[in-house]
Amino acid sequence: MNKKWRSLVALLMVFGLIAAACGSDGADDTATGDDSGSESSDSGSSDEAVTIDYWLWDGNQQPFYQECADAFTAANPNITVEISQFGWGDYWDGLTAAFASNTAPDVFTDHLARYPEFVEAGVLVSLNDYVDSDGVDVSNYFPGLAELWTSPDGERYGLPKDWDTIAIVANDDKLADAGLSNADLAELTWNPQDGGTFGEMVQKLTVDANGNTGDSPDFDPSAMDIEAGAVYGFGLEGNFGAFGQTTFSAFAASNGWTAVDGVWADEANYADPALAETVQWFADWIAAGYITPIADVQSLGGTTIFQQGNAALMTNGSWMISTLSGDATEVPVSYAPTPIGPAGDRASMFNGLADSITTSSENPDQAWEWVKYMASPACQEVVGGGAVVFPAIPSATKVAQDAHSTNGVDVSAFTTHVDNETTFLFPITDSASQIEALVGPAMEQVLRGEGTAADLLGGVAEEVNGILGS
Amino acid sequence: MTAISNRPAVGGSKLNLYGGWKVAFWFLLPALIGFVVFYLVPSIRGIYLSFTDTNLLSGRGEVIGTENYSELLQDDLFWNAIKVTAWYVLINIVSQTIIAVLIAVMMDRLTKSAFIRGVVLLPWLIPNVVVALLFVWLLDPNLGYVADVFGWFGIDSDFFTSTTAVIPTIAGVNTWRHMGYTALLIFAGLQTIPGSLYEAAALDGATEMQMLTRITIPLLRPVLALVLVVTVIGSFQVFDTVQVATGGFGGRPGGPVNASRVIYIYIYEKAFVQSQLGYASAMSVMLLVVLMGITYFQLKILRAGESDLSS
Repeated sequence: MNKKWRSLVALLMVFGLIAAACGSDGADDTATGDDSGSESSDSGSSDEAVTIDYWLWDGNQQPFYQECADAFTAANPNITVEISQFGWGDYWDGLTAAFASNTAPDVFTDHLARYPEFVEAGVLVSLNDYVDSDGVDVSNYFPGLAELWTSPDGERYGLPKDWDTIAIVANDDKLADAGLSNADLAELTWNPQDGGTFGEMVQKLTVDANGNTGDSPDFDPSAMDIEAGAVYGFGLEGNFGAFGQTTFSAFAASNGWTAVDGVWADEANYADPALAETVQWFADWIAAGYITPIADVQSLGGTTIFQQGNAALMTNGSWMISTLSGDATEVPVSYAPTPIGPAGDRASMFNGLADSITTSSENPDQAWEWVKYMASPACQEVVGGGAVVFPAIPSATKVAQDAHSTNGVDVSAFTTHVDNETTFLFPITDSASQIEALVGPAMEQVLRGEGTAADLLGGVAEEVNGILGS
Repeated sequence: MTAISNRPAVGGSKLNLYGGWKVAFWFLLPALIGFVVFYLVPSIRGIYLSFTDTNLLSGRGEVIGTENYSELLQDDLFWNAIKVTAWYVLINIVSQTIIAVLIAVMMDRLTKSAFIRGVVLLPWLIPNVVVALLFVWLLDPNLGYVADVFGWFGIDSDFFTSTTAVIPTIAGVNTWRHMGYTALLIFAGLQTIPGSLYEAAALDGATEMQMLTRITIPLLRPVLALVLVVTVIGSFQVFDTVQVATGGFGGRPGGPVNASRVIYIYIYEKAFVQSQLGYASAMSVMLLVVLMGITYFQLKILRAGESDLSS
């Protein structure tokens, strides 16, 4: 009897210990976090060596940020920066897991589509005090970029590092085959009724497997077989999603559509006919054989289809310039500005990245030093020199433009939007992932011809507003 | 515990019963610890979380009662996920069980070779993700070998890329992967059927088909019940094949559209993409309840506890 009770007590103690171990794990972590946090604020000026973990997703930029990190460590011998790079998908999955387990990097490259949800969860450090005490002048950046990273209650959660816009990418060989050149793309117009001169261009560049072009009476949409060598006039970069940064957004905006009324808005405009018309135009032209079917884009990848020469034109972002122009083995490309739409002007989404500090950072002061350095001309000019992205500071963007022209690449199609103020802001909402989950499949259904844009987008519009309003 | 030891011992002395319990305890302890730490505690925590609005990123949340559940019942995507999962389980279990029984009977009746019996298990030895990637490539409408073969006969093939074909395709892939393992379980059950029954049947002039339907299947019932319970639960939990095969290179997991958004994909999306841990937990609890119900009825209907052999 006694023995039995003893075993039972022993057993309970084992479980108790395990439970205690599990339970106190988190508590210990936070305790250590707090301790070293306060320690580090004391030791900010002391000689204690710390390592700052920094995450980014763009492998093309890693060497230049490594260069920045080396220069930064040379100037601040006590702070070492360890850079980790992950592919886009793994990056966000990994970051989510890291936040959940309180092991997030000190500093990470943040995206406008994601940061509001991080802010809501309270995992980002507000930079207001740092910016004020160090006197960082946020008007040094391109107008609007710094404000994107400020929440409605005035807290700043990132310092801008770069910006991007959208342009048409053209396969020069396919242009030449049709007797055209890049100059013919400079002043295209587009409308959702007949596609405008942009539509004519797309038809002209479409070639079916029998060699008939899209504007010929013999054109056979059923012979648009990628394997058999058919060329689509226009290729989709990827899934439309809710915001269509590289796909429909430039067209919809030139048709007068705005996704949300201002940043952090609690209403979106998915029931707007200006959007439905635009998406329907894409669906109709996919059905007609001029634009790549969404199923092929999903299985092969939009950029791959373009680089294999199966699409003559596509829209893509400025961060892809070095990938598209850089590799001599791929198709020769040139860039043209997005077409002028019914609203009277071109349009491009203006997106910007920033560096944010996480609340799981044990050394926020040193993390701030690194963020400040990355947002300074010294580092941004290094990154600009890499000709990968356009840095947030105008002088550094000039460096990037010069680097591109040294490489023989004309990037004015991307910069024209900033010069002529034809950009619209990335729609910042606090529920981007939920909106994406609702609108993304609806967009896909339209593109697959399983319903009309007006019905399907109208169908989710109310639900989207319900999420935003809550 | 006191009650047990005070009860008059049946079929042995009190000391023996007690001694047996003690030995068994130490053998069960490692499994018990694993069960408590990795199943019981997380399950209870999951049930608790399902009544909160916990955010994955912040780890904070407040108890909101049954709000998650009432929201769940009005969530079209949840019902879509249930429908898609049920469709998947139906195709997967029916095809997998029929093929597995046939393979097991063939292993039993046609060959004694351990090598051939081993070969049947091979697909099960390949990791799920590898299988999914393999079939993504094989079945790709543009690059895949299967698409090429279909093309020779002038048939346009869509597998993972069509809203109607994607679930049957995934079910087929998993049937291929699991049929060998299921066959092995059934094969073990076949070994318990006395050979004398077949000899007697053969003497009476029964055909192979008659022996299958009159002897094998009825006597296999308890084993089949167990196999069905295990495979149905496993089938409801399909995740990796969908995640890998429909995510593809430019797709979205659960696509095309929402055609393969099975319940586990939706739970994952809610918890780890949208950070709504509480809501995702509520869905997991619903799945738990559904699985418990299905298992109970399976065991009940198939009378898993009794065998026809003795009667």
